[in-house]
Amino acid sequence: MTDPAEKTRDLTENANRPYALELKGVSKAFGSIQANYKVDLQLKHGEILALLGENGSGKTTLMNMVAGIYFPDEGQIFVDGEEVVIGSPRDAYKYKIGMIHQHFKLVDLFSAAENVVLGVNDGSRYSIKEVNERVRQIADRYGFNINPKDKIHEMSVSQKQTVEILKVLYRGAEILILDEPTAVLTPQETEVLFSVLRQMKADGKSIVIITHKLHEVLAISDRVAVLRKGEHIATVNTAESTESSLTEMMVGKKVSLNIDRTEPHDTAERLVVKGLSGHNPEGLKVLDDVSFTAFGGEILGIAGIAGSGQRELLEAVAGIYSPDEGEITYIEPKNGDRVNLRKKTPLQIRELGVRLSFVPEDRLGMGLVGSMDITDNVMLRSYRSGRTILLNRNDPKKLAEDIVRDLEVATPNLRTPVRRLSGGNVQKVLVGREIASAPSVLMAAYPVRGLDINSSYAIYNLLNDQKERGVAVIFVGEDLDVLIELCDRILVINSGRVTGIVDARTTDKETVGFLMTKSDDRPKSDERGGNS
Amino acid sequence: MIVFEFLLNALAIGITFLYGSMGETITEKAGHLNLGIPGIMSVGSACGCAVLNVLCRDGCPVHPVLIVILALLATLAGGALMGLLYSFLAVSLRSNQNVTGLAMTIFGVGLAKFIFAKLEVDGVFYTRSTKYFRFPFANTTSSLQYIGILVFLGIALAIVSSVVLSRTRVGLHLRAVGESPATADAAGINVTKYKYIATIIGSAIAALGGLFYIVDFQGSQEAYLTVEAMGWLSVALVIFSTWRPYVSIFGSFVFGVLYILGSYLPSFGLKVDMATSNLIKTLPYVVTIIVLIITSIRNRPENQPPASLGVSYFREDR
Repeated sequence: MTDPAEKTRDLTENANRPYALELKGVSKAFGSIQANYKVDLQLKHGEILALLGENGSGKTTLMNMVAGIYFPDEGQIFVDGEEVVIGSPRDAYKYKIGMIHQHFKLVDLFSAAENVVLGVNDGSRYSIKEVNERVRQIADRYGFNINPKDKIHEMSVSQKQTVEILKVLYRGAEILILDEPTAVLTPQETEVLFSVLRQMKADGKSIVIITHKLHEVLAISDRVAVLRKGEHIATVNTAESTESSLTEMMVGKKVSLNIDRTEPHDTAERLVVKGLSGHNPEGLKVLDDVSFTAFGGEILGIAGIAGSGQRELLEAVAGIYSPDEGEITYIEPKNGDRVNLRKKTPLQIRELGVRLSFVPEDRLGMGLVGSMDITDNVMLRSYRSGRTILLNRNDPKKLAEDIVRDLEVATPNLRTPVRRLSGGNVQKVLVGREIASAPSVLMAAYPVRGLDINSSYAIYNLLNDQKERGVAVIFVGEDLDVLIELCDRILVINSGRVTGIVDARTTDKETVGFLMTKSDDRPKSDERGGNS
Repeated sequence: MIVFEFLLNALAIGITFLYGSMGETITEKAGHLNLGIPGIMSVGSACGCAVLNVLCRDGCPVHPVLIVILALLATLAGGALMGLLYSFLAVSLRSNQNVTGLAMTIFGVGLAKFIFAKLEVDGVFYTRSTKYFRFPFANTTSSLQYIGILVFLGIALAIVSSVVLSRTRVGLHLRAVGESPATADAAGINVTKYKYIATIIGSAIAALGGLFYIVDFQGSQEAYLTVEAMGWLSVALVIFSTWRPYVSIFGSFVFGVLYILGSYLPSFGLKVDMATSNLIKTLPYVVTIIVLIITSIRNRPENQPPASLGVSYFREDR
């Protein structure tokens, strides 16, 4: 609603009202990690506020405290000027606050209306007909394209999201919080969502949209609150912001980490990826014409917002994910033979020396068996090489001992199931095992996520060691400071597309941050005008 | 009239499966695979029979209605206690549901055999009470001589539980718990409470099937030896009826027909030996496998077991 007259009316109408939602000095820590620190935030009536920040900047945690999922360690929350205590999602609904989470909480077998009414007990007689009718009314009012009788399992992702929004509206929410609602949507679906949001705003609802996509912030929001490393940096009017000013606030000033970095030497082509494209099971394009070359003896960093295709890219190289088109060529370091990896099974690719370690979304699921001990997990990579039908446990045991000693894995003994180890120690076991196999390509995704400083440096040193030995290291990271100090080159991936490959020694955070968030499909000029 | 008698008897034996499968369905709707049903039916019927044995020792001096009610209450209590034990193990302690269920069956069948052996030593009197479970106005010429009040109670309960499951808020919440406990939890539904109550009610209802089988359908003192088999057939009926109590009314009749078909074949003029007649008794399992194959091929989510069946729910696991 950029119609000036309308805007003025909105402003005068809401000028004397207290904020719809106000946070004062809200902090939250998980163990030693400070997720939010003394955050102040104001949400006006009838506005769309974008909450912007990098991965791990504390956006979702902050809003989860408003929605009653977490309880703040300190600070106050005010709704309509009155201080409130929100201890559960139920409390949040009492104050007319509803949050639409990134991961939908829906019963697949139920109809939309059944999901909407689930858990609502207003004392009235339960009649699915009346619920259908009420859901339809709400849907009509905001222009949702949904049939209350449709089953969730028959719906598209965007329809499921609509049901989540309906759930919140059905419970009478006046403040809606959407956690990265566009992450799962196609551009067209995003447009539809935005028009719904504008309609809800016109209806007087106050909306917080959590995002890290700059063009969406510019397209939909009235104001932007920027979080960085858990702290509130600034809240600015969207009209006065640009992509670059927001990027600067998001990434902040460079922090020096003093990671040792040697000049790469004896570099040789090791992995050539050309024109790789692919989609996910939902049919969204996750890789779009990705091309790059990884050299032995250097660390190639991959930077990008979470879910931009990093996982699929690594899995494609490892032979787990099968892309629609493109070439992946591996060059044998010994004799220079070129091998097409797309024709190989994951096992054959592994035997060539291409190793994938760390997929942290599922640390245990992808690489280790939680209920087995360190030795057995180490053996998972070698049991095929035995010569007798009985397992040879001595070598893996020795290797496990080496890993525990060299990487300082904190474990009571080698027989402890790995799921009892802390995250950092699990990661050390994983990387130790992969490195022990003397790889020629080592891919590590988020290897230091959740690790303390010392463990992180231990991992950096391991990667540097491998680089020294002539291994082509591919490092997917999220902390730009680390990427810039550790890597030799940085490939930036953005919505499945390579938006740039930069020299890590000469680049800066703003450049990488901008490449990560800029959009090739510039929002059409009329997008900010909406449908007014 | 042999065909008519056959069909009525099939309906009657089917009621055993109906109670068992209804109880199991209610439990499974809460996401709990309770393989303890055979044990629960055994223990429940043992409790009922123990009470009947006391009441009928001296020629049943108590009012018939009271006899029936006390027997039913004892059976329900026995089943409910087994359900409570299962819930404590599988819900609160989150033990493996298959293991817990099988253990309940082994324990329940053994305990019931112990109780019945004790009754045999004391003298079997519970078989005298069969007539109280029939309608007083049903004489030897009426077709009601084969089907007593528990038959009609069973069908009524199946209809009621169908309506509760599909048309009420409680049913909606219960199905949500079985489909996606995390979603139900987020919606403010007390998952643990629903799991406990559904398992306990389901176990109590299943136990009635055991009592019906021993006291009403068989009315013999050897009947307790075959209750366990009835329990397994009930579990199969849940799959046959694709987790719908109203389908299991029909399914229980089909199971009943197939189960007693072997013993009626000679009456229909077909000569079968003992082995064949016993082999025919396995037909219910065969049709269950056929139903499983068909529903798996069609793969409609509506015909599948509750999504979280067999998975313990722990909030922090998310």
